[in-house]
Amino acid sequence: MSAASETALTAAPAVDSPARRAFKRLIRRKGAVVGGIVVILFVAIALLAPWIAPFDPAATDWSAVRKAPSARHWFGTDEIGRDVLARVIWGARASLMAGVISVAIAMAIGLPIGLLAGYRGGFLDGLLMRMTDAMLACPFLILAIALAAFLGPSLTNAMIAIGISATPIFIRLSRGQVQAVKVEDFVEAARAVGNPHWRIALSHVLPNVVPPLMVQATLTTAAAIIAEASLSFLGLGQQPPAPSWGSMLNVAKNFLGQAPWMAVWPGLAIFLVVLSFNLLGDGLRDALDPRHRD
Amino acid sequence: MMTFLVRRLAIILPTLVFVSFIIFGLQQLLPGDPALAMAGEERDPDAIAHIRKTLRLDEPIAMRYAYWMAGVVQGDLGISLRIQKPVGELVLQKLPVTLQLAAMAMLVALLIGIPMGMLSAVKNGSAWDYGANVIALWGLSTPNFWLGIMMILLFSVELGWLPASGYVPPAEGLGANLAAMVMPAFVLGNAIAAVMMRHTRSAMLQVLSSDYVRTARAKGLYERAVIGKHAWRNASIPVITLGALEFGQLLSGAVLTEQVFSIPGFGKLIVDAVFNRDYAVVQGVVLCTASAYILLNFLADIAYMLVNPRLRS
Repeated sequence: MSAASETALTAAPAVDSPARRAFKRLIRRKGAVVGGIVVILFVAIALLAPWIAPFDPAATDWSAVRKAPSARHWFGTDEIGRDVLARVIWGARASLMAGVISVAIAMAIGLPIGLLAGYRGGFLDGLLMRMTDAMLACPFLILAIALAAFLGPSLTNAMIAIGISATPIFIRLSRGQVQAVKVEDFVEAARAVGNPHWRIALSHVLPNVVPPLMVQATLTTAAAIIAEASLSFLGLGQQPPAPSWGSMLNVAKNFLGQAPWMAVWPGLAIFLVVLSFNLLGDGLRDALDPRHRD
Repeated sequence: MMTFLVRRLAIILPTLVFVSFIIFGLQQLLPGDPALAMAGEERDPDAIAHIRKTLRLDEPIAMRYAYWMAGVVQGDLGISLRIQKPVGELVLQKLPVTLQLAAMAMLVALLIGIPMGMLSAVKNGSAWDYGANVIALWGLSTPNFWLGIMMILLFSVELGWLPASGYVPPAEGLGANLAAMVMPAFVLGNAIAAVMMRHTRSAMLQVLSSDYVRTARAKGLYERAVIGKHAWRNASIPVITLGALEFGQLLSGAVLTEQVFSIPGFGKLIVDAVFNRDYAVVQGVVLCTASAYILLNFLADIAYMLVNPRLRS
């Protein structure tokens, strides 16, 4: 090889993969970066709860009932002397777990149905879409409450209820994306060379519908965290004495005059984690959707 | 127009049938014998037998659905096992309270969301735009039951300006009614205002960059006339119809808001029914909200057609 061609080869700019380009666009957005950092922080808090919580979240102390924040109890104590900071830290587990598992359930049901409806079309598509419309017609939280009521109150059932209630969004979104992608030239080409339908759907169509689903998953995680807190607030989610931000607020509303700190911290935690997921979701949408790029 | 209406109705009917499947199917989720679950802890054999007879639990599921559906189409949503009153009557009794709350919340959402969205679009890229977006993000991220608790803490516990909870019917005193409803309405309208703001901003930005707005500016119209008379008229079309679609969000939010402020409305009815294992009421409330949502969707589509001449033709 000549020296000139060697120089040309080494000088050629490296071409980034689409994922890398999207990541670069994502980290240029300050809101998304801050949101991502706070989400990581909450995940770390949830994972490290047994080591970083200053007290046992269920341990009562009758000599420290409704104590205001102090050097010993940074966030104060609740109506039976439990440390609020320890319960907020442990509550992160229930909230994040509910957010992630609910969305995983919604995607696990919604994506295959959306893929099937969008790819096959015809009568099956019409039938599946009418079922989806029927689910969308039931307001998200009301359907989740009804499901949780019939399944019985527990965190697991709350996650199932939220996951099922969030499913139609993923069916609609993935079906729409599949309909757009399946008429693209590369799918036609894959069909022309004789690929079976299942391979075209899984190897060619599916990878191209994932980016908008990731954005939706991030934003739905925020909604699922609020939904879990709402169900726990109503007594249909995490059951006492296990800590959950929603159930902490349910108790706190009875002691607003005497111990307002009981209501401030769990609510602030929900707000922060939901805000962070929303910021991250907005940033992801901007980074992945060409129409939102600057 | 007629073809459109017929096509929309043809979609609504199967959707309603599937909604009925979902709601009837909820009962099948009860673990074990539904009659035992509904009878609660008392397990009185007579009560269990009564439930079994009322709900026809000994008959095949298809027959039970047919009986239930036949009742629903005649306006019979079943009997509340706890209160021993028809579910339809209970719903109608609680509906005006929730409708007042929803109407006031929507007013709050429109009064905050639309001006903020317009300002954000007109001053695109400025501090105003940034501020409005931050407020919208705040509205979308704040759980409304926490906002309600914080407002009770500030306006009722600390300042003593407003009642912390309860409901006064308008007939017993309009001032007291409004004082009791202003905080819940703000709490419920807050998240919708954020959604409205985003829709308004996006619709306005699209319209402001169109040719006819540029023409209006070029012929020397005042900016106020360009925005108020020309831009907003077109931008308002999707915003108004999207407002109707936020109804579901309002009802979901009302469940929690009514719980926080102890308002005896639709939301409190479903929560109380859940804890009393009054499943007929739960099913009735879900059926009513879903049907209302489908109807509003349909009306929003018609409104969209009526106000948009391009779609009409």
